[in-house]
Parts: sequence; C-alpha cells; structure tokens
Amino acid sequence: MKEVIHTPVPSVEEEEYHINMGPQHPSTHGVLRLVVSLQGEIVKSLKPHCGYIHRGMEKMCEKDTYPQIIHLTDRMDYLSAHINNHAVCLLVENALQIEVPERVKYVRTIMDELCRIQSHQLWWSSFGMDLGGLTCFFYGLRDREKILDIWEETTGARFLQSYYTPGGLMWDIHPDFQKKTKEFLKYFRKKIRDYEKILSGNVIFRERSRNIGVLSKEDAISFGVTGPSGRGSGFSCDIRKHNPYALYDKVEFKEILYHEGDTLARYMVRMDEMYESMHIIDQLIDNIPQGDYSAKMKAVIKLPAGEYYQRVETARGELGLYCISDGNKTPYRLKFRTPSFSNLSVLDHITRGLKIADLVAIGGSLDLVIPDIDR
Amino acid sequence: MDLEKLKERVLTLAPEAELEENKQFLTFIIPTGKLHYIALKLKEDEDTAFDYLFCQSGTDMGKYLMVVYHLKSTTHDHSLVLKVKTEDRQNPSFDSVCDIWRTAEFHEREIFDMLGIWFNNHTDLRRLFLDDNWVGFPLRKDYQDEVNIVEI
Repeated sequence: MKEVIHTPVPSVEEEEYHINMGPQHPSTHGVLRLVVSLQGEIVKSLKPHCGYIHRGMEKMCEKDTYPQIIHLTDRMDYLSAHINNHAVCLLVENALQIEVPERVKYVRTIMDELCRIQSHQLWWSSFGMDLGGLTCFFYGLRDREKILDIWEETTGARFLQSYYTPGGLMWDIHPDFQKKTKEFLKYFRKKIRDYEKILSGNVIFRERSRNIGVLSKEDAISFGVTGPSGRGSGFSCDIRKHNPYALYDKVEFKEILYHEGDTLARYMVRMDEMYESMHIIDQLIDNIPQGDYSAKMKAVIKLPAGEYYQRVETARGELGLYCISDGNKTPYRLKFRTPSFSNLSVLDHITRGLKIADLVAIGGSLDLVIPDIDR
Repeated sequence: MDLEKLKERVLTLAPEAELEENKQFLTFIIPTGKLHYIALKLKEDEDTAFDYLFCQSGTDMGKYLMVVYHLKSTTHDHSLVLKVKTEDRQNPSFDSVCDIWRTAEFHEREIFDMLGIWFNNHTDLRRLFLDDNWVGFPLRKDYQDEVNIVEI
C-alpha cells in the first residue's frame, strides 16, 4: 500500500498570531491600539500602543498661565472634568495660601461627587454594553442626562465645564441648583436598583466577571493602580480619605474596599461608590452657606519659585500634579500623573492566559479614558 | 517612621546624598550610581517599606536633566522624594527601577520619549506616545519644532 505523507500543518492551538484591537474598536472607548498575541483564543501577551490623541499638554502648559491650564485639564479625563479643574485650583490656592470661602468648598464638593456619579453611570453603561447588555447603555445615559442638565444650568456647559477658577468658581450656582440636585438624588435612588437588577444580579454577567483578571494587592500597589480599580484589590488609596481636600474631612463617608481583586470586585466598588457619593451630597446640599463664590485674586497669578505637588481623587483614581515654578506666571514644568496611565500598564499583566473575550471585560472594568493616558 | 529617622536612614544608605530644604516632602538629591541600590533598600527594609511610586517625572532644568521619584509607603504612610541629576545632554542615562516598582515601566518609557533619558536594564524601552522615527525630545527646553509649535 502506498504511504501517504502529510506535511505538518500547525493547528490553531500551536500557532501564535497577532491581532490589532483598535485604534477604532468599541471596547477601547477611544483611540487606543492593543496588539494582542493570541494562541487560539488565549491571550499570550498584549502591547498597548498609545499616542493617537497625544496633544503635548505638558509642553503646552509651559506656555500657559494657570487659569488657562484649567481649560486644558478638562480635556484630559473628560468624565472627571470638574475634579481635574479642582486639582489645578488647589495647586494654586495651596501655593499662594489662599483660603477659599466656605460656599465654594461646598459647591465644589457637591460638583465633584455629581461628577463621580455621572462618570460611574457612563462607565456602567458602556461596561454593560461591552458584555452584551445593550439595555444598560440606554439606562445609564438616560440618568446621566439629568446631571448634565443640572450642570448646564449652572455652568453653561454639559461636558467640559471649566467651572472652577483659582480662588473660587466662575459664577454662582443657579437658583434651582439645590432643588434639581435633590430631585435627581430622589430619582436616581430608585433607578440604581434597576442597575443592580439588570447587571449586578445577572448570572451571565457574574459568570463572566468573577475570578477574571485577578489583580493582587501587592501588584496593584506596584503598578500604581489606584481608584476603584485599586480598591477592588484591597489597596486603600482614596485620596479623599488619605489627603483630604475641600470638605472631605468634614463629611462622613466610607472608603469602599473589596479584596477579591477580580473584575466583579472592581465593578462592585464603583456601584457602591455611587451610593457613597449620593450620601455625601445629601449631607451638604441643604447646608450651602451664603457668601462669596470666589476669593479675591490678583489679575495675574504667579506662584512663588519652588515645587508643589497636589493630588485629588478623580473617578478613575489618583491624579497628581507636580509643578515646578520659577516665579513666573507660567509653570516651568507641570507633570500630570494621571490615573488611567498607570491603570493601563497593568492590563498586560492581568490578561495573560485568559480568553480574548475576557480582555474586553477586564478593559471595561479598569475604566480607561484614553485622553487621560495620552494627555 | 518620623522624618528625622527617615533622614538618617537615607544618609546612612548614601552619605553623599544632599538634603533639599523647605519642600513639601522630604527631598534628597542622590548620587546617580547609587539610585538602584537606595531604591531597592528603601522598598525592602520593613521599617521604610516604600512600596508605592506614585509619580515619576523627568524635567529639563536647563543646566542639567533631572528625574524625580515620589515615593510613599502604604503601610507606614510616609513619603519621600528622590532626585537624580545628570549634566550629560548627549547620552543621559540612569538605572531603571522598573524591577522594583512595575509602574516605572510606563513612566520611564514616557520620560525617554519626551526627554531622551535612557534607563539601563529597562525591559522594553521604546517611545510611548510619539512615532519611532520622531526627531528630538519635545519636553527639552531647547526643542524646536516650527511646524507643530506655534509661538504667539
């Protein structure tokens, strides 16, 4: 009998190949390219390629005055626009030792927490959508619209507000601000139960997120993973607790910590944080004191020569501003230590050995905002 | 550990370290050659335990290039800032700390990208944001780009 000789064809399991996820991929939520090495369906390694929307913000800041820089920081983590503005304002106020009026502190804290809620709402919407629950997207955006309406009335903008200025606020709050905010809280307390029902309690969702992308506490610290992603691994890193600013040392709230470190834990941290944020606003909204909405500031702001470091807790984690001033009206050097930048660096580490569909779940649970990485 | 003890500890590790006064954090300028040794010691000794590098940044100070390490201990809640400097603008290089704090992998790539500082023993040092064939290092003060930078 004639012998048939087969040339060995590599099976799918043996062959390693690379695919590009992005730069235009719905699950990257922006222009990020992930070069994924796959063996079959298993992720062997992953290389992020950043820079598609790098604007050279740190270089631009060297030519801009401090009030101008505020408008740039909106465009870093656009979902935490208020909180980014807050960081620059605090940097200037602490350097010049300016005491801002109580009213400003109240309004800023409320605005920051509204910002955190709407950021988590949008994250919840898109995270649900990434995992196949399209309803989430409509529910989340519907409720987020209410916060945008409140902001539009007071700040004149829905998305990039630039509402804070060094020393205070751009304008006073709208007369309806307190009423509308309270209405929103009442409304959202009902709606967030739907969130729990649709996604948190969904069997498919839980199976897809439990024990997926486990990040240990040691690795979270070593990679500098902060915010809800770090707290899902039990890393206590809430700047509002550790280095309080505005009114965070006066209000009562819990730092949410989960110790599992998987995708579900990161999800649960954000869900619980929405309740905590509402709890913070509850304590403040009726007590906004009367007074000025801004401290008296000089027309030209110059920081004394020296180095300053200011950190705030954005919806994504720790934002650090490292400023070197030479006494001029523009900073000599301003470095942004952005949370998404460090959170992205861990993606390769926790995705290895998992399926490519899990990569989408993990990427969603890290809540990356690409302009925050690229700056 | 309080600031005095921390100060003593750094000075025993590196007697030639220079203390900078009047800073927000305890700040030392340390000799370039000892960077990796000091960093590793500070992280591994239990009473210092600086396990969290919360910011790493590079700056062109005109006369010299500088890399700044902002460190924090999550167990003891104390902070420390280390600085290293070099006057070599042609081939500036420091030892990488990415084996001590993994977050440095990305930060060092960004510093290399923007300031052209080389980090020895880094696992994968490439440009991070800009194209591989980009000429020059944008965050240097003598960087010139007539196309992309518009002077007003």
